[in-house]
Amino acid sequence: MTQRKDRTDRRYCMPDPLAALTDEAILAHVARGSRVLDLGCGDGRLLARLRDEHGASVLGIELDLNQILTAIGRGVPVIQADLDHELAGFPDRAFDIAVLSQTIQQVRHPRLILTEMLRVAAQALVVVPNFGYWRVRLQLLRYGRAPVTSALPYEWYDTPNLHFMSMMDFRDLVEVVGARIVKELPMLGGHVVERAWPANLRADSALYILERRDAGVPAIDTQATHG
Amino acid sequence: MASEISEIVESTRGDERSVGVVCTEFATLFEPPHELVLSAKGERLGPIQVAYETYGRLTPERDNAIFVCHALTGDAHVAGKLARDSAKVGWWDELVGPGKGLDTDKYFVICANILGGCRGTTGPGSINAATGAPYGMRLPFLTVGDFVAVHSALIKHLGIGQLLAVIGGSLGGMQVLEWAARFPEQIRAAVVLASAARLSAQGIAFNAVGRRAIITDPHFHDGDYYSQETGPNHGLALARMVAHITYLSEASIEKKFGRRLQHSDRFAYELMRETEFQIESYLHYQGTRFVERFDANSYLYLTRAMDYFDLAESYGSLEAALGKTSARFLVASYTTDWLFPTPQSQELVTALIAARRHVTYVELKSPYGHDSFLLEVDPLAKMLDPFLSQAYAAGPSPGRPPAPLL
Repeated sequence: MTQRKDRTDRRYCMPDPLAALTDEAILAHVARGSRVLDLGCGDGRLLARLRDEHGASVLGIELDLNQILTAIGRGVPVIQADLDHELAGFPDRAFDIAVLSQTIQQVRHPRLILTEMLRVAAQALVVVPNFGYWRVRLQLLRYGRAPVTSALPYEWYDTPNLHFMSMMDFRDLVEVVGARIVKELPMLGGHVVERAWPANLRADSALYILERRDAGVPAIDTQATHG
Repeated sequence: MASEISEIVESTRGDERSVGVVCTEFATLFEPPHELVLSAKGERLGPIQVAYETYGRLTPERDNAIFVCHALTGDAHVAGKLARDSAKVGWWDELVGPGKGLDTDKYFVICANILGGCRGTTGPGSINAATGAPYGMRLPFLTVGDFVAVHSALIKHLGIGQLLAVIGGSLGGMQVLEWAARFPEQIRAAVVLASAARLSAQGIAFNAVGRRAIITDPHFHDGDYYSQETGPNHGLALARMVAHITYLSEASIEKKFGRRLQHSDRFAYELMRETEFQIESYLHYQGTRFVERFDANSYLYLTRAMDYFDLAESYGSLEAALGKTSARFLVASYTTDWLFPTPQSQELVTALIAARRHVTYVELKSPYGHDSFLLEVDPLAKMLDPFLSQAYAAGPSPGRPPAPLL
């Protein structure tokens, strides 16, 4: 066990998806009174804050029943659904903002989910981990080891993280789904900064605000692709 | 009101979480000239007797009432016992009581037998005051809308302006949906379990077989069997046997009975043996027991009402039907329910999102098929507790058209 612990201590850990600092960053970019959909809302903590502090009308999507029960206890409405399958039941343009925080690396079809987010909402707010971060690169270079997450010491063969991409890679996906980047905000340790140069090397995550390039019809078909 | 009676809590061991001994109450509504105008063909029906029970205590503000809509063959007796020495408790006793999912320490719970039923509320077996004889099939056609109109009138009769919640599974869930559409300002929360905005063609098919079994029974006499020595018992039992299969799942039948034999561990190879396999014996038992408590004509009326229920058809669209209430919704389906499968609940949820309502949806894992909503009480109670607390804390809804919630 100690050996394993040493190993993970030395290894770079992915940003904690539950970090309160990430919530702050998201809160700062949601306009008052918005209609917000949070994909993978967990226990509804972010949505409860958006409702109480920003007067937002909110809806969450979550798969885990225990998390949903906590969200119900916060008065946050939640739809139990698997992000890999069931966004199809959501009507077009029902929301102002769809939020996907530190989750895109965990869905099977990132391209599909991004397309769907921009179908059901005018804007997508996505927080992505950046595998171009220098510590990830260094670790791979020095130890020849892939990154793990901090919340749980997942091994590569047993992790919810299915995809590894950098900010530059994510920009490619934005292009492919026919969206445009309204804002790209690098995050260093959960804090959003206006710019970090070179961002792809220095940011551990990044917050993106996206819109459809063509506000009418989605630019690409919604066929699933394996990222 | 029955609240006084509900307070008599049975003190025998293990019953601290029971509502104790309760009593069925009766109200007479829609007395001429204020008959109920029925929604199918505009006929008038009245007076209507309603059998109901209540549990817990209504607050002075009258803001903690929850109405339970029962399913096809249920009745007003949801919880507790009707007599101190009775072994039989109400049909949802595990959910309704002090500290339970519908906590009678906090809430005032009401349940009424539906119109057209045979458990105390006016139905085809009731005496038509105009003729002095049972209605039989002369009772006008009834719809789910009519059931809810009677429930709603009962609530007013009890002096309750707005319900904290209305909850039901299956046909009960259909009543909840109808309630949200027909009396949108009367409810603050709606709980829809194992239900749908309309019955599937498969569901209609099973109902059709059940009704055919009844009306082809030689003792049916066009529904005028009340004065006969025997009613269409065989047909009614057969209807129940068929229906009962639809309430179970393949897995639950397999687990409970498998291919086990009833009388021996060897095949008898007898063509006419009725109860060779345990599942056969079980279905016969269910059929026989059902005949003791249910009226064949009621079965016809209620299954027909279920077949015709179509919320989108009645109100233009599901969005239009569900968009008028400011009630918050809790919708649940069950993984092994093939009579009211998950996609039907998801259809409701999609409409509620489109109508910008406050909606929570879960698909609960359960092996028990459609019956899960009656049997899997724990996960239900875990959801209802926070859901109802939040609805209660949110306070009464405004009595005007709702603003978008989403």
